[in-house]
Amino acid sequence: MSYLLTCPNCGIREVTDFGYGGEISARPAERPSLRELGEYNYFRRNRAGVQREWWFHRSGCRAWFIAERDTRTNEVLLTELPGGHDNGGGAA
Amino acid sequence: MSRLPEQPGERINRQTVVRFTFDGKPVEAFEGDTIGSALYAAGQRTFSRSFKYHRRRGLMCCAGQCPNCIVAVDGAPGVRACVEPVRDGMQVEHLNAKPGLELDVMRATDLVGTRFTPPGFYYKTFIRPRRLWPVYEKVLRHAAGLGVLRKEQAEREWRTEYRRRHADVLVIGGGSAGVAAAKAAATEGEDVVLVDEGPLAIEPIPGVEILTRASALGYFDGMVPVWRGDTLHQIRARRHVFATGAIEQPLVFAGNDLPGVMLSGGALRLAQLYAVSPGTRAVVATTNDRGLEAAAKLKAAGVQIVAVADLRETRRAAAQRLSEQGIEVLGGHTILAAKGSKLVDGAVLGPVGVKGASTERAFECDLVVVSGGFAPATSLLLQAGARTRYDAARGCFVLDELPPGVSAVGDVAGVDESGAEADTVAVPPPVAGAGHGKCFACLCEDVTAKDIKLSIDEGYDSIELSKRYTTVTMGPCQGRMCQLASIRLMAKETGQDLGAVGTTTARPPWVSVPMGVLAGRPIEPAKRSAIHGRHRDLGANVKWAGDWRRAYDYGDPEAEALAVHRAAGLIDVSTLGKLLVRGPEAGEFLDRLYPNRFSDLRPGRIRYGVISSDAGRIVDDGTIGRIDEDTYYVTTTSSGAGAVEEWFSWWLADWKMDVRLTDLTQGIAAVNLAGPKAREILGQLADLDCSPEGFKYLDAKQARVAGVPCLILRIGFVGEVGYEIHFAAAYGEHVWDAIMVAGQTHGIKPFGLEPQRILRLQKMHILVGQDTDSESTPFAAAMPWIVKLDKEQDFIGKWALEHYAEQEPSTRLVGFTLADGYVPTEGAVVVDAAGEPAGQVTSARFSPVLDRVIGMAWVPSPLARDGAQVTISDEGQTLRAHVQTRPFYDPDGEVLRS
Repeated sequence: MSYLLTCPNCGIREVTDFGYGGEISARPAERPSLRELGEYNYFRRNRAGVQREWWFHRSGCRAWFIAERDTRTNEVLLTELPGGHDNGGGAA
Repeated sequence: MSRLPEQPGERINRQTVVRFTFDGKPVEAFEGDTIGSALYAAGQRTFSRSFKYHRRRGLMCCAGQCPNCIVAVDGAPGVRACVEPVRDGMQVEHLNAKPGLELDVMRATDLVGTRFTPPGFYYKTFIRPRRLWPVYEKVLRHAAGLGVLRKEQAEREWRTEYRRRHADVLVIGGGSAGVAAAKAAATEGEDVVLVDEGPLAIEPIPGVEILTRASALGYFDGMVPVWRGDTLHQIRARRHVFATGAIEQPLVFAGNDLPGVMLSGGALRLAQLYAVSPGTRAVVATTNDRGLEAAAKLKAAGVQIVAVADLRETRRAAAQRLSEQGIEVLGGHTILAAKGSKLVDGAVLGPVGVKGASTERAFECDLVVVSGGFAPATSLLLQAGARTRYDAARGCFVLDELPPGVSAVGDVAGVDESGAEADTVAVPPPVAGAGHGKCFACLCEDVTAKDIKLSIDEGYDSIELSKRYTTVTMGPCQGRMCQLASIRLMAKETGQDLGAVGTTTARPPWVSVPMGVLAGRPIEPAKRSAIHGRHRDLGANVKWAGDWRRAYDYGDPEAEALAVHRAAGLIDVSTLGKLLVRGPEAGEFLDRLYPNRFSDLRPGRIRYGVISSDAGRIVDDGTIGRIDEDTYYVTTTSSGAGAVEEWFSWWLADWKMDVRLTDLTQGIAAVNLAGPKAREILGQLADLDCSPEGFKYLDAKQARVAGVPCLILRIGFVGEVGYEIHFAAAYGEHVWDAIMVAGQTHGIKPFGLEPQRILRLQKMHILVGQDTDSESTPFAAAMPWIVKLDKEQDFIGKWALEHYAEQEPSTRLVGFTLADGYVPTEGAVVVDAAGEPAGQVTSARFSPVLDRVIGMAWVPSPLARDGAQVTISDEGQTLRAHVQTRPFYDPDGEVLRS
């Protein structure tokens, strides 16, 4: 795995500069059933295609941001700070 | 010395002599020589012993492609002598031969042991009796491999670097096609990097960064690591141009590995670049015009050409020219065998496809020059996603499809820019002259044509399986010399055509590379607190604790612990994570992150908190003090500081609350002053009412200590009256010194991490990660009081904790005592009545103040009650421990609160 990500604050960096936060999933808003809770905690969609996901600029500005990445090609289509944008309801 | 007279274009400088040693013997060379050319000129013919059979191997390609000349230089193995320039004083040694290169005892494997060492022999010959495998393994490990790594060799001290380079275009290969591509791209204004393996300087090109003696190791999603000297250049480009050329192929015949059998390019390089005569009498076997041209050039350099076998029936113009010089050219012939023991002393030529000794002709010679055609060097392209197809006319695999952004130029693309008459190439037989002896398909791993046939007979009948079973193409040459040969053999034995057999992909690294280059400069940040110098002065026993260098003790941990109970102790806790959480919504933010409440914490007060994940598991713990209405000071464990900051900022990014997060970990130093005399000592230094009424347990106060503005947290991690004093790191030594001086008359002692661990264990204060793991919940870890399920708002972990609140955990964390003074190993197993593992010991120490052994352990829930007896199995010993659920020391906290 080796590709580039554009940190919304710092610009283009190697992927090894960043921490991966996983695909963005919605945290249940209401009390979930045990099964729903288990799915939220332990299951991932693991999409083969474009996925919205969390990234953390660990060796840089230490900001969390959102990327849209094609998991098949590692092509990163978009990165943006979460502020002001509906990011799908929650961290995973 | 077999130096030729001056050759046009020779690369050596005859005015400057370079001296080095080979196996301890002095060798003289000229500046510009390679180790290989210098040794060859000095008469050396055997350069290495082969991997399995320990056969003699000599120079073959003289281009760093084949494995035959790998030596150790100054202790570092894996250096190819034929391309490594000579340096004054270098110490060159052979590999893989004992006691010496000329007499190698392991040669027995070739002479008598061949039938014991077929492909996969380590699964066959050495399997019975099974109990002897450990012995076999030792023998095999000793026999295997090329070269040894020594503990004290210079390479271990080698400092390497990596560099990241972003460019528009990366050109791999600095031959004429690569240089032209680089020039063209630079002319368009593109930022170009050109890398070339070879030792030759390339004339500077404006706009092009040129790296010579630089090897591209692989292709990873558009990033190409390039090794040059002590730097790994990680080059990432938008566009990649591969000008990797074509690799001259050997022929598979009996004795094709003997010293004196050379590729035509190798023999020419020796003669033309280094003015070293490759031999005196040569037999040439070729499938193409390049071999014929080599014959002519070698003759011009003074080598007598005894005979030439041209596989092609049609007489070529180049063959005609040789005939006119009186050289016999045998059309439709190939080489069947090279003869000789130490060195080639003869060759047998014969017509292709005709069996029988009557047609064979033997010649005396000391050099066999072969050319089996040229295979495009597509390995890196295949890694980049290119596809190849078999070209029957050229007898090799050629590029078919290229992925976007990837192009190929020059020989690798099959483009001949020499302008010469179009060559016709005959496809050589997969193997010739098998009756004469061993025919090697793979020189690196000593795989013969017969071995490949055997592997197919055993069912490894695809090229991918055969590769893994025989290890053909997996040696240092990475398939350069053997891939095509093995595919041809596979096709012949399975009756398939070559296209159907297909190719394997040579995995990175394409070039042998020292591990140190890949590791780069080790990133081992050693963090030291602002007070570290004082610990050193005090003779502290300093150890790693995560990234930190910490004082474990100052010589006597038990005495240090007792000093905290009897007088006062001072410990540096600067390593704690420290986060400032500020803003109108700070309280609510913490309420959402912790299972307990912080919005109702009064300014100036402190509360303990355990962070839980949404799965209800303990993530970290620490204290949270409220400074004022909008400001909280959060401490975390030393090892969890970074992770907690990430965790907080992640949820903040998601919730977008009006909160600001500042990580103060590095900028703030902290010490914990604890013990019955701590109050008095602090009172001497602080402009503060330190009375029990004025500064209560769990108060947070801001005051000056020794003139330095501090935040003082009255907490009790070690179980005595204690003050955790936080202040700007720049004042670290000043504050430490002031406290030590003020405490001197009270008997203050510094204490380290180890006594702190004894003290906290006496109080059953958990260490996250030591006493808990990723499965531990606050309920099972005996902290149900920390979870406030009646909180109105949602918090991280709420739903899971609601579930766990109703469930009896299988094990619980409890304290235990042991009567007989033995301290069990941390990690010792708690066993149930049936003797099955049912839990484990997480902490255990001898407590000097209690004069007994105490610990914490996960035990089956029914046993988690005071007085229950549990059995601990520790390295064969069975111990009886008694459960205790309340702190061992000061269980009611009277000392702490006093």
